[in-house]
Amino acid sequence: MEQLQQIQEQALAQFALIGDEAELEQVKAKYLGKEGSLTALLKGLGKLSNEERPAAGARINLVKQAIEAALQQRRDALAQAKLAEKLAAESLDVTLPGRGISCGGLHPVTRTMERIEHLFHSLGFAVSSGPEIEHDFYNFTALNIPENHPARAMHDTFYIDPEHVLRTHTSPVQVRYMEENQPPLKIISPGRVYRVDSDATHSPMFHQVEGLWVDEHVSFANLKGVVQDFLQRFFEQDDLQVRFRPSFFPFTEPSAEMDMSWRGGWLEIGGCGMVHPNVLKHVNIDSEKYLGFAFGLGVERLAMLRYGVNDLRQFYESDLRFLKQFN
Amino acid sequence: MKFSENWLRSWVNPELTSAELGHVLTMAGLEVEALEAVAPAFNNVVVAEVLSVTKHPDADRLNVCQVNVGEAEPLTIVCGAANVAVGIKVPCARIGAVLPGDFKIKQARVRGVSSSGMLCSAVELGLATESDGLWLFHVDAPVGLPVRQYLELDDQLITLKLTPNRSDCSGIKGIAREVAALTGSSYQPIKIVEQPAGFSGQLQVVVEDKADCPLYCGRLVRGVNAAVVTPVWIQRRLERSGLRLINVVVDITNYVMMELGQPMHAFDAATLAGGIMVRRARKDETLTLLGGQAVVLDEEVLVIADDARVLALAGIMGGAGSGVETTTQDVFLEAAFFDPDAIAGRARRFGLATDSSFRFERGVDFAATREALERATQLLLAICGGKSGDISEVAGQMPARTAITLRTSRVARVLGIALECGQIAELLNRLQFDFVMDGDLFSVVPPSFRFDLSIESDLIEEVARLHGYDAIPALAPRAALTMLPYSESQRPLARIRQVMVARDYQEIVSYAFVEEQLEIDLCGNDHPIALQNPIASNMAVMRSSLIGGLVGALRFNLNRKQPRVRLFETGACFSKVGAEYIQTQRLSGIAYGSILPEQWGAAAKPVDFYDVKADLEALFSPLALRFVAASHPALHPGRSARVVIGEKVVGWIGELHPHWQQQYDMAQSATWFEVELDALTQTSVPRLCEIAKFLPVRRDLAVLVDESVSAQTLMDAMLSAKAAHVQEVVLFDVYRGRGVESGKKSLAFRVSLQDTQKTLTDTEIEPCIALLVDVLNKQGAQLRT
Repeated sequence: MEQLQQIQEQALAQFALIGDEAELEQVKAKYLGKEGSLTALLKGLGKLSNEERPAAGARINLVKQAIEAALQQRRDALAQAKLAEKLAAESLDVTLPGRGISCGGLHPVTRTMERIEHLFHSLGFAVSSGPEIEHDFYNFTALNIPENHPARAMHDTFYIDPEHVLRTHTSPVQVRYMEENQPPLKIISPGRVYRVDSDATHSPMFHQVEGLWVDEHVSFANLKGVVQDFLQRFFEQDDLQVRFRPSFFPFTEPSAEMDMSWRGGWLEIGGCGMVHPNVLKHVNIDSEKYLGFAFGLGVERLAMLRYGVNDLRQFYESDLRFLKQFN
Repeated sequence: MKFSENWLRSWVNPELTSAELGHVLTMAGLEVEALEAVAPAFNNVVVAEVLSVTKHPDADRLNVCQVNVGEAEPLTIVCGAANVAVGIKVPCARIGAVLPGDFKIKQARVRGVSSSGMLCSAVELGLATESDGLWLFHVDAPVGLPVRQYLELDDQLITLKLTPNRSDCSGIKGIAREVAALTGSSYQPIKIVEQPAGFSGQLQVVVEDKADCPLYCGRLVRGVNAAVVTPVWIQRRLERSGLRLINVVVDITNYVMMELGQPMHAFDAATLAGGIMVRRARKDETLTLLGGQAVVLDEEVLVIADDARVLALAGIMGGAGSGVETTTQDVFLEAAFFDPDAIAGRARRFGLATDSSFRFERGVDFAATREALERATQLLLAICGGKSGDISEVAGQMPARTAITLRTSRVARVLGIALECGQIAELLNRLQFDFVMDGDLFSVVPPSFRFDLSIESDLIEEVARLHGYDAIPALAPRAALTMLPYSESQRPLARIRQVMVARDYQEIVSYAFVEEQLEIDLCGNDHPIALQNPIASNMAVMRSSLIGGLVGALRFNLNRKQPRVRLFETGACFSKVGAEYIQTQRLSGIAYGSILPEQWGAAAKPVDFYDVKADLEALFSPLALRFVAASHPALHPGRSARVVIGEKVVGWIGELHPHWQQQYDMAQSATWFEVELDALTQTSVPRLCEIAKFLPVRRDLAVLVDESVSAQTLMDAMLSAKAAHVQEVVLFDVYRGRGVESGKKSLAFRVSLQDTQKTLTDTEIEPCIALLVDVLNKQGAQLRT
């Protein structure tokens, strides 16, 4: 039985020294194989008496279990080590840049228009659009600007032919929309507009967003409320001051110019007013029953203030160094 | 409208600073565009007379002067100006004076001679940018008087940005009336007295159509001295209004226009043949204007004529040869009220914009026309002498001033604030409107000086304006809440743009007008829609495609050393079919340079047709596009295609033609595409189909075919065979080279077959594959073995 003890110790000691899986299996055979020392002892049990055999068998089995456990432990350890080695060899420089395409970006004017659309959408304004080559009638006459009206001269209009212009404002969409839809109406109309003008603060093409709300109970106070709300949300500035001052647009009465506080002064941000009864009359909306307000905002002006752009012309140069700053 | 604040304050003088007054005007709708001091700050500068001039003992270019500044003892002042002379009157900065630029005048020694002040030029006083010596005053200038007082320099120039509805404020009188209404200050109109006739005689005046000219007042003034220098006070006020001085008579008529808002004209009576006639011009009549411009007239234009010829464009500008010169002795003064509709737009037709047309187009106070004539006569007689005749007046029907009903309830509804009847009455009173109040109804008769009041809304604006827009609260609207429609079969443009952004394209916005040549070159568009009044030749026609803007933007960035440029734009493109303008929204993109940005793990490979094609396919996914080879003026003829959905052509894709690549100095080719936005936004709501429980079977078919046969031809042939169980055919390899004879290519297709009810067996699969091979053979494709 001393021999048994010796075999166990020898096996455990030998397993601990082995660093290779194949060698481990060979050594295992020395003890547990057909010719193994422990196997021999088990075979020898037959020679023992019936009384001795159970006890001896139990002892041998205990040793066998111990050796098998040690063997499994060693197998696991070796597998672990091998995996660890493999993982170590596979490790990457995680700081290398990622591969593949990069990402483009939206133009700041689009970015601004989408922001405006989202804000007004949250108040239930739908989006409507109209043609850029516009009939003189929609651009002027239907907006209460008859031929020879001095307001036409204020518009610096591009003419395509005697009857068609490049629209000078997005206001014609008001008329087109009211022709097709019955009140209550609540739309904004973003789009490109054109004026014969070009310098650091004027572009022959720029963007406006027109807003129109026609309902039984909308007032000038509501117009102020909506525009102020919009500007405060747009600039994310709850204390932004908005000022309305009397102005003149043939298609609104009363009319106002909207200014917002900016660096200690006031900046003109757009025009607005209560829809002129003549405009409603043209589209067969009863101005006794319905009131409406309309406003027009300059998109570039808003974008310039929001993003710190000083020269309007930069928006149209398509310089990637400029555009990528808005991605 | 520019004017001197002091002039306005001579009419109405509220207790407000200049800035406060400016604010009041701006907030009442008379926007103050500029408020600028007449002169920069300086003090202690007086009118001085040079008594003697002697050469400085130690300096050739300096003089030592004795100068009288109105005190007992003259001052000794060293002066370097070349124009110093005995007897001249000049500005003298005294010891202690501070001139513009914080220049302090001290007692000084100039090369050993003590100097007690400085004689000044206009530049040194900040009143001119250049001068050639001392500022010489008139010999009458009172010695010792502070220069600021002598020249009335403590004054501000106010520039109003007048809106077209407020012609009533195109004279000092009107602005004063407005200021009085706004501030409650009293307003002192100047006294205008009727000038008695000094002789009996008047020109006969005939007005052909009194609708065009409801009121014409004219008067002869004989024996005037038109060579007199215009009095300084008139000169100053005109100059501060930005008006040029002409001669004393014209200056007086201009002065009355600025003062009362009534444009006037003065004829040299000696040049007139017979009487005055106000009439429409006859077709092709001509007139040479005061400025020398010759204009050809027609019946649209209202003129002043005599028996022989056209004298003036009524309400716009006088003609050459009948105006007042300094030698004129007899003057015929005209003050009229022309109907705005008879004047509007006419000046613009001739490229003119005059002070007179500005006022008449917008409306002039017809109740003050005769008064203006009296005022001009009064000034003319006082300044130039002479005698005035009787006024010839022809009057017709003045513009109607019908009473407008104003409801207190409507004011509340429109403005969103409740004003009491009493408040409204007070505001109307301040505006000098005639009205009758009956319960909460007002009946308001607009005054003759307002041309912008015809409906109730106009009066509501007046009430709001005077009450103050600031006093109306900003209130959130209350309305019934309903949701907006949100169609799932329309892809929002914002999402389409995001696909482009995700595929590494940068959005641009370019002008919708381009150079005509660009349309011809890149779009083959020989008849683009042209602007009648383009701002520049490179912005002369409307684009029919977005390609011009993209190519321009690409070149701009290549010139700035950008190696890889990928751009897109959405916007309207324009064409004309018959009389109709077609405006189509399109999306277009261009890619240049490597497929990938420069990076460590991938070799740089220039972008080509197929890379951009993949972008386009991703954009339309899940919709299947077809590409049909076709040529386009901008594109490489062998590398361009129409983009087709079903039977409809929705766009183009291709590599830029090498010719343009060379002309535009591009090192590599660019690939461009353009598609109709409508085709992109239409989509369908998903509808689930049953997912097969059994796995598909895949078979590969590799065929050899002539280079000229397109992959699409073979795909179409296989799909149209309608072989049973075939779910999908995908091209997975194209091979040329070893094993494939030249002029041929090998195409490999993967065919997926499936049945929803069972697993397919070989006996079921073989006939399907045989059918596909058969149709491929018919297209000249041979199965590779």
